[in-house]
Amino acid sequence: MVELLFWPALFAYGEAAVAYVGNARRPGRAGRLATWGVRVGWLLQTGLLVVQAERSDGFPWDTWAGSLNLFVWLVVTVYLFWGCRSRYRLLGLLVMPPAAVLLLAAGLGGAAKTHADGAYSSTFLVLHVGLVLTAFAGFTLAAGLAAIYLWQERRLKHHRAGGLLGRAPSLVTLDTLESRVVTLAVPALTAGIVAGFVRLRSDGGSLDALMVFTLLTWLVFTGYLVLRYGLGWRGRRAAYLVLAGFALVVVVRIGLPLTHFS
Amino acid sequence: MSLLLIGISHRVAPVELRERVALGLDEAGELARELAAGGGEAVCLSTCNRTELYLAGDETLPDSAARAVTALAGRAGLDEPDFRAVLYRLEDEAAGIHLFRVAAGLDSMVPGEGEILGQVREAFEAGTTGPLLDRLFSQAIHAGKKVRTETAIAESPASVSSAAASLAEQVFGNLSGCRVLLVGAGKMGELAARSLVSRGATIAVVANRSPDKAQELVGRLGGRAVALEEAATELAGTDVVLASTSSPVSVLTREDVERALPERKGRPLFLIDIAVPRDLDPAIHELEGCYLYDIDDLESVVAESLAGRRREAARAEEIVLDEADRFRAWQASRDVAPAIASLRALAEEIRESELERARSRLERLTETERRAVEAVTSRIVDKLLHVPTVKMKEAAAGADGAVYADALRHLFGLGDDAPPGRHSRQ
Repeated sequence: MVELLFWPALFAYGEAAVAYVGNARRPGRAGRLATWGVRVGWLLQTGLLVVQAERSDGFPWDTWAGSLNLFVWLVVTVYLFWGCRSRYRLLGLLVMPPAAVLLLAAGLGGAAKTHADGAYSSTFLVLHVGLVLTAFAGFTLAAGLAAIYLWQERRLKHHRAGGLLGRAPSLVTLDTLESRVVTLAVPALTAGIVAGFVRLRSDGGSLDALMVFTLLTWLVFTGYLVLRYGLGWRGRRAAYLVLAGFALVVVVRIGLPLTHFS
Repeated sequence: MSLLLIGISHRVAPVELRERVALGLDEAGELARELAAGGGEAVCLSTCNRTELYLAGDETLPDSAARAVTALAGRAGLDEPDFRAVLYRLEDEAAGIHLFRVAAGLDSMVPGEGEILGQVREAFEAGTTGPLLDRLFSQAIHAGKKVRTETAIAESPASVSSAAASLAEQVFGNLSGCRVLLVGAGKMGELAARSLVSRGATIAVVANRSPDKAQELVGRLGGRAVALEEAATELAGTDVVLASTSSPVSVLTREDVERALPERKGRPLFLIDIAVPRDLDPAIHELEGCYLYDIDDLESVVAESLAGRRREAARAEEIVLDEADRFRAWQASRDVAPAIASLRALAEEIRESELERARSRLERLTETERRAVEAVTSRIVDKLLHVPTVKMKEAAAGADGAVYADALRHLFGLGDDAPPGRHSRQ
């Protein structure tokens, strides 16, 4: 059952990724195919997660591959909030190809299986993983928005906007959405870190490199909010800061299997 | 039933002639009713680039066409022979494809321009239509929409003022709430300002050397008038600057804008300079969050977008041809549909009359048995006619539909078809 949901979901995401590439070259039908690929894939992956949750006693995504599976679902969920509108199809081009690749990696790592007994039983730990992954999904989307912002800003600055017109959201829209996503993600990361520390304290553990990088990520994005709302940092500088924060997210995601699942 | 198009357009007639034959919507509806009198169908499409009369009918068509030419020549104030020199005349499939291209914006001066689709719809609604023109115009409107959604032909601006407004939208998104500082009160500036206003922007300030001219423009576009020297002090509360003075020196310098930036708190500033010599210091563009486009930049955006429209036009032509094929298949099926209906009616008539003749012998049967006999005879008729019906439809999809229909009528002694209904949409 789980495999029956996993591979079609991966196929749908893959189709969406290819169609987004086609849409960038030739907007129109490919864009609609991409949107449907995302919708169908998301529904299938949601079904997959529900089945895995039902069949597991503890936290069902406690492996590296499982957490990647959940992370991809969260990223696509956040993207789905507005991503299916034709103006945001450029964002789909940034989101769906990596989502498909990450889901494939998760599948090869065993995400298409069900664990009867999850290793995470502590509520705090489940909260920690869920909230941190949600925040990271938000930061990933914010990074996509920031990348499009910088690309479009560069084209406007270089007076090469002719071919761009009508294809992408405006600079102000991208900037505003990026800040809203970060504004929602930072509290989630804060709560996730607090939950992690509570668990760490009760287990008598100590800080590791990954936790330090997670804290650095929190620092960068909290700094983003302070600079944006306090000092009026917007536009290009804000976008670079989001990309810097996202680089730390990537480090944490890559470091996760080395520190937590080795 | 045949289709005929008679018209003049920007491709063959100068504006002096086009403006004389142009019809208002009411006039177009009135002329359509006149031309359709006697059982035909007519739609008059009149825009600034073309006046075209679409006529459909059988025996009435030549008469309608003659009256159409007379009507247009009369409006043009020309003798008919002179007028015919600039007139084009297309029939059946060619007329259909032409309308599809018109609705898709492929026959327009600027490929993909958006207004034409609405004009086609209005003309259709004002026309006197029947089955043929109903189908033709509905499918043309569908083709026009499809071209606009499946290609990027209508996405890019086609003039300097619309390019300026489109670029402003790329910075701010929806322009409603955007405040515009107009520097100069000339005609070009007003044109570009109107383009911004039409997309929701508000003219906040008009700065001009002559206070009277500034006040006049404020009367037309809104905002408040200030002296040209005060323009720099208005930058903090402005989103878009539109400059079009005839000043020989820069009206706003990089330092002026730089001074306003702290108060702007990171909000972007879009500056349009359509003046020659330029009003705005080009170095302003180097400032973060400031986007300055002069007349050359805007013209290159227009040129690029027109090139893009032409590239998309090739894809649009494919869509138009697909839709034209569908229309042709529908039109061909119309040739055989009445013959098929007549054949089926004849078969049913024979079946019922034979059952009637056998009534006395069938009276012995129970009600259930009589129904079974009825059902069996119906099935025999259906099965016998199934293959000829399918083959006729296949022939109609090709070019032989009319030949097959005639053969069917001849072989089975079927009568002529009844004329289709028509209606005025007004």
